[in-house]
Amino acid sequence: MEGNHTADQRQSPQRKRKAGAPGWLPRADGIALLCLAGMLLFAARARADEDNPCIVCHGEKSLTAKRGNRTVSLYVDAKKFSGSVHGSLSCTGCHADLEGKELPHEVPLARVECGRCHETEEQDVAVSLHGKAAARGDRLAPRCSSCHGAHDIIPVANPKSSVAPLKVPFVCGSCHKEGAPVARQREIHASNILENYSESMHGEGLLKKGLVVTATCASCHTAHKILPHTDGRSSIARKNIASTCTRCHAEIEAVHRKVIKGQLWEKEANVLPACVDCHQPHKARKVFYDQGMADNDCLGCHTRSDIRSSTDGRSLSVNAEELKTSRHAKTACSQCHSQVNASRRRPCETITQKVDCASCHADQGQQYLKSVHGQLFAKKDSNAPTCDECHGTHGVRGRKDSQSPSFPTNIPNLCARCHREGMKAAVRYAGTQREIIEHYSESIHGKGLLKSGLTVTATCTDCHTAHRELPMADPGSSVNPANVPATCGRCHLGIEDQFKRSIHVTQIGKTDKPLPVCNDCHTAHTIKRADTEGFKLQIMSQCGRCHEKIAETYFDTYHGKVSQLGYTKTAKCYDCHGAHDILPVTDARSHLSRENVVQTCQKCHEGATRRFAGYLTHATHHDPEKYPFLFWTFWGMTGLLVGTFVLGGVHTALWLPRALKTRRDQARLRDKKEPSSNDNGRDESNGESGAGDEPGKS
Amino acid sequence: MVETNPTGKAAQETSPAKVEPGTELQFVRFSRLNRALHAMMIVSFLSLALTGMTLKFSYTGWAYMLSRLLGGYEMAGFVHRVGAVFMMGIFIVHLGDLVRRKRREYGTWRALLLGPDSMLPSKRDISDFVGNMKWFIGRGPRPAYGRWTYWEKFDYFAVFWGIFVIGSTGLTLWFPEFFTRFIPGWFLNVATIIHSDEALLAVGFIFTVHFFNTHLRPEKFPMDIVVFTGRMSVEDLKEDKPAEYEQLVRSGKLEQNLAEPYQPIVVRSIRAFAWAALGMGFSIVIWIIYAMVFAYK
Repeated sequence: MEGNHTADQRQSPQRKRKAGAPGWLPRADGIALLCLAGMLLFAARARADEDNPCIVCHGEKSLTAKRGNRTVSLYVDAKKFSGSVHGSLSCTGCHADLEGKELPHEVPLARVECGRCHETEEQDVAVSLHGKAAARGDRLAPRCSSCHGAHDIIPVANPKSSVAPLKVPFVCGSCHKEGAPVARQREIHASNILENYSESMHGEGLLKKGLVVTATCASCHTAHKILPHTDGRSSIARKNIASTCTRCHAEIEAVHRKVIKGQLWEKEANVLPACVDCHQPHKARKVFYDQGMADNDCLGCHTRSDIRSSTDGRSLSVNAEELKTSRHAKTACSQCHSQVNASRRRPCETITQKVDCASCHADQGQQYLKSVHGQLFAKKDSNAPTCDECHGTHGVRGRKDSQSPSFPTNIPNLCARCHREGMKAAVRYAGTQREIIEHYSESIHGKGLLKSGLTVTATCTDCHTAHRELPMADPGSSVNPANVPATCGRCHLGIEDQFKRSIHVTQIGKTDKPLPVCNDCHTAHTIKRADTEGFKLQIMSQCGRCHEKIAETYFDTYHGKVSQLGYTKTAKCYDCHGAHDILPVTDARSHLSRENVVQTCQKCHEGATRRFAGYLTHATHHDPEKYPFLFWTFWGMTGLLVGTFVLGGVHTALWLPRALKTRRDQARLRDKKEPSSNDNGRDESNGESGAGDEPGKS
Repeated sequence: MVETNPTGKAAQETSPAKVEPGTELQFVRFSRLNRALHAMMIVSFLSLALTGMTLKFSYTGWAYMLSRLLGGYEMAGFVHRVGAVFMMGIFIVHLGDLVRRKRREYGTWRALLLGPDSMLPSKRDISDFVGNMKWFIGRGPRPAYGRWTYWEKFDYFAVFWGIFVIGSTGLTLWFPEFFTRFIPGWFLNVATIIHSDEALLAVGFIFTVHFFNTHLRPEKFPMDIVVFTGRMSVEDLKEDKPAEYEQLVRSGKLEQNLAEPYQPIVVRSIRAFAWAALGMGFSIVIWIIYAMVFAYK
């Protein structure tokens, strides 16, 4: 601690003097000085400042003196001195006893009387605790130089000054910090002063935020007239505290109406609580005092159920119970309804504007204004949702409160108020997503949230953001295709990493065609578990939307045909190509690269070999260039089929009419022979009509 | 390679000596084993066709429904493989029967293969075919067929061809991991095409041409159950296979090959089975036509 160090140095000469110097010591000093002077006479003279003969000796760093059993430096830095506030004065201006004396002078010199010039300060110090201690001869009592320094005093405005605001706590702390001699040996009523101060609002402002206008020790205790709070003249005396605080906290009464009733606070301090009763000294922080006294004033009227606006008749009633359990229970009415004027009988009569939540929730306010909700609000659209539409008003609860409409499990219902089919937002919406709420509830996210109660599951706001909702087409939207992977990746971290390295990313795919992002395969609101039948079957048509040809040929193979029948066990696109890490087969990392393809087949076909992997999973027999074997096999087989069927068909086509005719002839013949016996008739008919039989016999 | 009159056997089955008055004896055309094999063939063929076509025409709604009816694609696959093994078994039993009959009835392969009852195509088949064509266009009488007509021989050898082509490719597709140790992977694609198209040929041919030749032609309409009962009337034999009839009469073997007809209840059951098989066959044909003409992708 710098302050501490300087103070110690400056105290030492005084202490020496107090202890009383033995008679021979000055002489010894004198001899030493004389010797030194003699030795350095010529050399020193040659460059000595003609105007300031003191520097001849005191400009030497080696100039020391014995004080008691300690050696102290008598060196004066001429440069620093000339730059100090006292730089224009001669040495004798302060060291008055040297006026007209021969040099080198006698030692020790009399104490410098700062009060000769700084009269007021001296008077203040004289009555102060510090001054009295000094007068008592307390060896721990500080002198002017203990705080201000000696030859190097610079203006307070200069941050380097030892009493500049930033340094004040350290200067005071050199004696008053925990464990310092003063703190231990003298009766100080407050404890842990410095520690408490540094954590207080003031200390934080000064030390962490560098606010040099913040209250330091001297701001409350004054710089020189430091008195105990029991002394009526003290700045921290009970009756003076208010005026001390209001030096900075101007018009603080306005927010303390009930406590202070105008100026009563200052006039009748004895009957009223002082600032420090609520805001403990050295610990001044919001959290240490109760609020709400003024709130009760508001609630006096506003808890009435029949209170209505005089302009539009809307209810102005506030549910006090609701308010008590809300997130803003500790926020005063006037913090939100900021236009109140405490000096009016009805402080609220000056309110003209709606509550602006953004005055505290600035980030959210900014985001909202950019969102489609905020844009509508800016256009004064009656459908535009405002903060209170989602968060409520006096009963606002945090999103971790399960009663809150913004609690994860309540969000779908919250958004549904407008976005359910038929409601005002859904009516305006012209995009492709329909029945959003119903679909979401049936999706994996919706089930996870609503059925399994997984509050970490994605709700509307996880994808669309809570305050910056924008249409998908907007490049800034979290659901814009360019941003979707990152949005999903907030939860599905590893997947996003895989996806980023896949062919479906522009940098790798190197194509102008639109590339798919998460929702192109998984959909937006009907997302299914990837291990469900429905999803597995659906994904094939998803790939086929872009990979039309290749998907078609897949359905010519066994894998595709079984899949088409609605079974999921045979290989689908992603079983071979991977899901999120799809890469061209030319890439060594691809599941289908030469290095990996056999292993990929082996996932299902245990005994697969490299030759097995030669199976054409996308073979088509319609491409003679690419698959001549298949093409010619197919046409060979087709030829065989057509040939056989033509042969059989023609044979049948010729046979049928002849057989019919033969049968008719036989029937006619049988009719003619009706009278004759059955056997005979048959025999005859065979003999006559069955001309075919005759050649057979021959 | 020969189908012969189950001489003697028929006599044992139903002793012709005890003929009840009023019942007309029938000529026994098929042995009990061959009848059983054909019935089993129908069952395995239909199950193979149904399960296979389900996959081939997987793009039709019918296939989707049928696949579920069959208990899923894995169960269908199982049925298909069981059917295939069954059919192979039928084929092997038939070959074994041939060997047995060569020993018992013919003595030499030559007698069996080149005799009048042989299934092997002969010069006579050519003249029969030409004669039949003439008869079709009214330029001659119907040829006097012997025991086997040329279309019956064609159907018979079609089974040999089919068993070989469909069976071998099917086996390859059944054990692709094993077979690709010897043949390239793309051959599986070729095998798929051959297997599926040859099956289409078999199914299409059996359910149209074979059905017409044996059941739907006016002489037999609506069906001929000789292959199930093994029996046909002597009248029909005389009409359909005059040459065989002549030979039997000449050699005096006709009497030995006569047997009592089955009880009406047996015949009715057989008809029910035959109707079911026919119905399924026709349904499959209609489905194939629908799939190939109207729903083809």
